[in-house]
Amino acid sequence: MVKIILSVLVVIILSSILAPLISPFNPEEINLDELKQSPSLRHPLGTDNKGRDILSRILYGGRISISVAISAAVLSMGIGLMVGLFAGYVGGKIDTSIMLVVDLILAFPSLLLAIGISVILPPGIYTVMIAIASVGWASFARIIRGNVVSYREAPFIEAARAMGCSHTRTLLIHLLPQCLPLVVVMMGLRLGGYILTEASLSFLGLGAQPPMPSWGSMVSAHRVFIVSAPWMVVFPGLAIAVTSLCFNMLGDALRDRFGLKITG
Amino acid sequence: MLEETIKGYIIKRLFLLLPLLLGITLLTFSLTKALPGDPALSLVGERTSPEVIESIRRELHTDQNFFVQYLCYIRLLLKGEFGRSYYTNRKVLYDLMNKFPNTLLLAFGAMLVAVPVGISLGFVSAMRRGTAVDRGISSLSVLGISLPVFWSGLLIMLFLSLKLRLLPPSGMGDWRFLIMPAITLSLPALATLTRISRTTLIDLLDLPYVRTARAMGIREYKVKGIHVFKNALIPLVTVVGLDFGSYLNGAVLTETIFGWDGIGRFAMDGIIKRDYPVIIGCIIVGTVMYVFINLLVDIFYHYFDPRVRLYSDNG
Repeated sequence: MVKIILSVLVVIILSSILAPLISPFNPEEINLDELKQSPSLRHPLGTDNKGRDILSRILYGGRISISVAISAAVLSMGIGLMVGLFAGYVGGKIDTSIMLVVDLILAFPSLLLAIGISVILPPGIYTVMIAIASVGWASFARIIRGNVVSYREAPFIEAARAMGCSHTRTLLIHLLPQCLPLVVVMMGLRLGGYILTEASLSFLGLGAQPPMPSWGSMVSAHRVFIVSAPWMVVFPGLAIAVTSLCFNMLGDALRDRFGLKITG
Repeated sequence: MLEETIKGYIIKRLFLLLPLLLGITLLTFSLTKALPGDPALSLVGERTSPEVIESIRRELHTDQNFFVQYLCYIRLLLKGEFGRSYYTNRKVLYDLMNKFPNTLLLAFGAMLVAVPVGISLGFVSAMRRGTAVDRGISSLSVLGISLPVFWSGLLIMLFLSLKLRLLPPSGMGDWRFLIMPAITLSLPALATLTRISRTTLIDLLDLPYVRTARAMGIREYKVKGIHVFKNALIPLVTVVGLDFGSYLNGAVLTETIFGWDGIGRFAMDGIIKRDYPVIIGCIIVGTVMYVFINLLVDIFYHYFDPRVRLYSDNG
């Protein structure tokens, strides 16, 4: 099963990376002779209301959607890892106050907070990354901190300290590796959600700006044609759903493999 | 004795609300400050009379330092002064109050679908652990959390309304208008609930008291249906409550698609028109509502599960 998921993911990611080589048409080229064509041999997924090839737009859109989601995940993970390691290791009042901030962020409905951030910053892909990461780091921090706390008093950490390891060395060489499986699983579990958040923000017009294609904005721009040209809405949405599904299943599989208990 | 600890707990929780509310207002205040142009103008809109703008400007104390300005901002909020829409020039609070019940109705409609269906699916899945039924339900629930709400909503609309002509495609009206948006909004929550109730029940099935019940000769359906299920309900209620945030997130998208006249679509309109007072008003109302629902869930949890009561008093 994991092999199937991985191969589908590799195909999706590779075809996005190779979009300039394999896409049959220029994704931004308007062709007034081929408006709203249903799927055919020439246009396997049809064309949109400006005569642009949907397949090419989905391939290029994947570059945006996937890279934004992955960057946001890496950014969230990086900040969350640093904060979680520090808070868990230091403990005491500093830990308590950091966790208060984390809870504060976790208490916000994430999309509303992301919308708030997108309001200050001009809409675009970097704004989406920042918006996702500024909410996302908190859940990483919370789980990693919990993990660090459970190891802080462990004999091997005491031994490391007794042998004269500095705090930095204890943290980076001895504690960090204990968190890595958790980090990998969390990344898998979160990526599916980040794909959806990116798509939602693009759908709301806060993400990639036209004419740059992104999956969410394609669904948004074409939804008025749902009856006359359903393929314009169905295929970009399918791309979001399949990609998100693969990441979620991968996350689940990784979690079971490592025998960890994390929900969501 | 018990009564008192609960009272104390509620007071403690209300106290913890303060930093949360401060955080929310600080964020929205920074948003107002970060917006281009005059904060007084952005609060009331440009078509307001100069006297009103002048009085707002005085109330905001734009010449004072950040802290004083923030306090004045909170005083304005407490007075219900959320500003006016740039476009309609109506008070944002007025529109929010009108649209709030609609969003609440939609959220409860979605809950009415998600809670019974999600918990039953999770229950069936846990009871038939490892069978094809379990695998089928688990796959469906992963699919459920992976579907973008705005897309599944459009597909539901396409089939139920535009092809089969069973329901009105969008807008407000009698109960038939509620069905499709409620189902759409319920999907991700339903899937999450299925997953979580499955794991919760499976964990419970391994506990010694279940073995005891079985050893005592209690029939299997009674063990599962009564002993296990009852204990699973408490954590599930928490999940249902905490999931309310996902309803709010989903409401922005669902209401937009189905033309549902709630806070979500109001926010979306605000975003499209860059109508900042509207966006900020929606963020404040949405987050405050979310925070208060969390509080209610916590109190409920505390009230019904004596174990939590004992442990939380120790730390």
